[in-house]
Amino acid sequence: MTEKILKYDGSFKGFLTCIFTAYEQKLKIIQILPQAEDQEQLFTGTHNIITEEQKAQRVLKALKSKASVNGIKKIKYAFLSEAQDIEIKLYEMIRYIFSEKEKVELDYSHSAVLYISKIAKQVAREKHRMEAFVRFRLTKDKIYFAIIEPDFNVLPIINPHFKKRYADQKWLIYDIKRKLGVYYDLSKMEYVSIALPEDIGFSGANSEYFEVGEIYYQKLWKEYFDCTNIKNRVNMRLHVQQVPKRYWKYLSEKSPFA
Amino acid sequence: MDFDRIKEKLSILADAAKYDVSCSSSGSKRKNTNKGLGNASEMGICHSYTQDGRCVSLLKILLTNHCIFDCAYCVTRRSNDIKRAAFKIQEVVDLTINFYRRNYIEGLFLSSGIFKSPDHTMERLISVAKKLREEENFNGYIHLKSIPGASDELMREAGLYADRLSVNIEIPTKSGLKLLAPEKDHTDFMKPMEKVKNEIIQYKKESKLIKHTPTYAPAGQSTQMIVGATGESDRDIMYSSAFFYKNYNMKRVYYSGYVPISNDPRLPALNSQVPMLRENRLYQTDWLMRFYGFDIRELLNKDFPFLDMDIDPKLSWALRNRQHFPLDINKAEKRHLLRVPGIGLKSVNKIIHARKFKKLNWEHLKKIGIAYNRAKYFITCDSREKELRELSSENLKSIIIQNSQSKFRKKLNNQLSLF
Ligand code: SF4
Repeated sequence: MTEKILKYDGSFKGFLTCIFTAYEQKLKIIQILPQAEDQEQLFTGTHNIITEEQKAQRVLKALKSKASVNGIKKIKYAFLSEAQDIEIKLYEMIRYIFSEKEKVELDYSHSAVLYISKIAKQVAREKHRMEAFVRFRLTKDKIYFAIIEPDFNVLPIINPHFKKRYADQKWLIYDIKRKLGVYYDLSKMEYVSIALPEDIGFSGANSEYFEVGEIYYQKLWKEYFDCTNIKNRVNMRLHVQQVPKRYWKYLSEKSPFA
Repeated sequence: MDFDRIKEKLSILADAAKYDVSCSSSGSKRKNTNKGLGNASEMGICHSYTQDGRCVSLLKILLTNHCIFDCAYCVTRRSNDIKRAAFKIQEVVDLTINFYRRNYIEGLFLSSGIFKSPDHTMERLISVAKKLREEENFNGYIHLKSIPGASDELMREAGLYADRLSVNIEIPTKSGLKLLAPEKDHTDFMKPMEKVKNEIIQYKKESKLIKHTPTYAPAGQSTQMIVGATGESDRDIMYSSAFFYKNYNMKRVYYSGYVPISNDPRLPALNSQVPMLRENRLYQTDWLMRFYGFDIRELLNKDFPFLDMDIDPKLSWALRNRQHFPLDINKAEKRHLLRVPGIGLKSVNKIIHARKFKKLNWEHLKKIGIAYNRAKYFITCDSREKELRELSSENLKSIIIQNSQSKFRKKLNNQLSLF
């Protein structure tokens, strides 16, 4: 059995198709890489895997019979971390899950399981933070617009929250790092890729793009934020722990414009 | 909209509301119906944090800071020389909706100074909530203050729109209240609480029979007490607290260290410190009472009316009750494990789970995450080394403090952030 490297399109389904192929063809996999990271592999043994819905679904179904809802969520979350070598670690964990009779997703003595849960936790934390820290600005064409730049690819897991909550307004959340956004048009959500003007920023309002009142609401919010603080109780160390500085750019209350 | 005027009102009325420490948006499951705006997140979401470490979840403002009362401990009191302002109902609605749509907040926490009469004030608060729910189809979180002295009728209506209602008792003792708010009657606070409690019970009963009863204050009631304004003891505070949990099914009682706002000789001077450590100890005690099976009389009583500031209340209790220890970690019942200093709820559950598979030793316990430096003096396990348990409680206390000084401080900070 020769060692194989699989390449796929970077999607979760693509990854599941890799798993399917590995089992079907009894391959010994040493690496699974999203194509974007493609560096000329000088040795043969590299397979390009084409994403196939059906194969992906079959793997998912098999997983569901061997792992809890939570276990599968962990796998998904960890996948979205885009961490280096995450695919091969996931593959290791999935193989372990398939090989045992019992549910083993909580067996932290297994190194891949432990690693995946740790990463999944980090992703979950960022998901939670993004749901809290996203700040919409109302554009001239009445779309509530927000930019994010998360460490992990959390957009796919935060948008259900926003869909439930903001069912009666059009909104667009755009991940500038991955150049992909989700647009909700009052009936459905869609992935979109757009060319954003450079000066659109995280907060503040450029009159060219945003509604007249937009900047006022940001200022009112900042005013509120400043007034609700009790000076006799300030504890900056704790504060920075709660809102790490790398998130400040999102928050109009922290922005210098007002 | 005149933004400058709104901004001025906002700064006055947010500033006046900030002494209410509750900002919780949890406990309600209100759904987004008919493609309306918003929903409640059961866990609550903090959209930001103030520099003093409190979660910013709700737009917390007063409708007005005009007040006919003169409670000494309150910035809004009639005799205080401050700028006054009042929002129009529509202004509060607009602010809430516009903040909510931008994902700044989970909802509104609306309180007010009492103008004209309690009923008149309560009516206006209700109008805001009603407008949000009925005209804006708003399903986000609404917390309304129950105005002391408001009628039963109004309290009933309030709960139909609000997720949470609260009356701040503020002063834990009757004598304190008499001293600082002589115009107010103790019973004025209790009446709305009683009404809300009964309505909640009533609605719960009905919703078992009929599928679609409207919700009534699904996140329940809370109250707040100011700590350190009247020389009350920790026992006074916690006995009141226990009373409210028990008799009014309170979801939460908040403890708010008095922030000096007045040079009234009845109150601590303007330059006095906010008693934050004490506040934290009270929260720990509250936790022990609600989740660890302690009766408040075990923790505070005639012989022991003040909490120990140097150590947490569980350790303090254990040092006074050495006869219960040491416990065998591999055999003790859950309710006893919960009483071991340095072992929290989560660790207790882990221990109970893990000991089914093997006898636990110090290594296991450390991995589980108990505070070893405190717990080790009160337990035995499957390891041979034992700790020196002949020590007197006094000695033990100083050893523990010495060994955990830095960690203890760090812990304290973390715990403060919990609330
Ligand atoms: S009635 Fe309320 S607002 Fe008015 S002074 Fe007393 S505590 Fe303050």
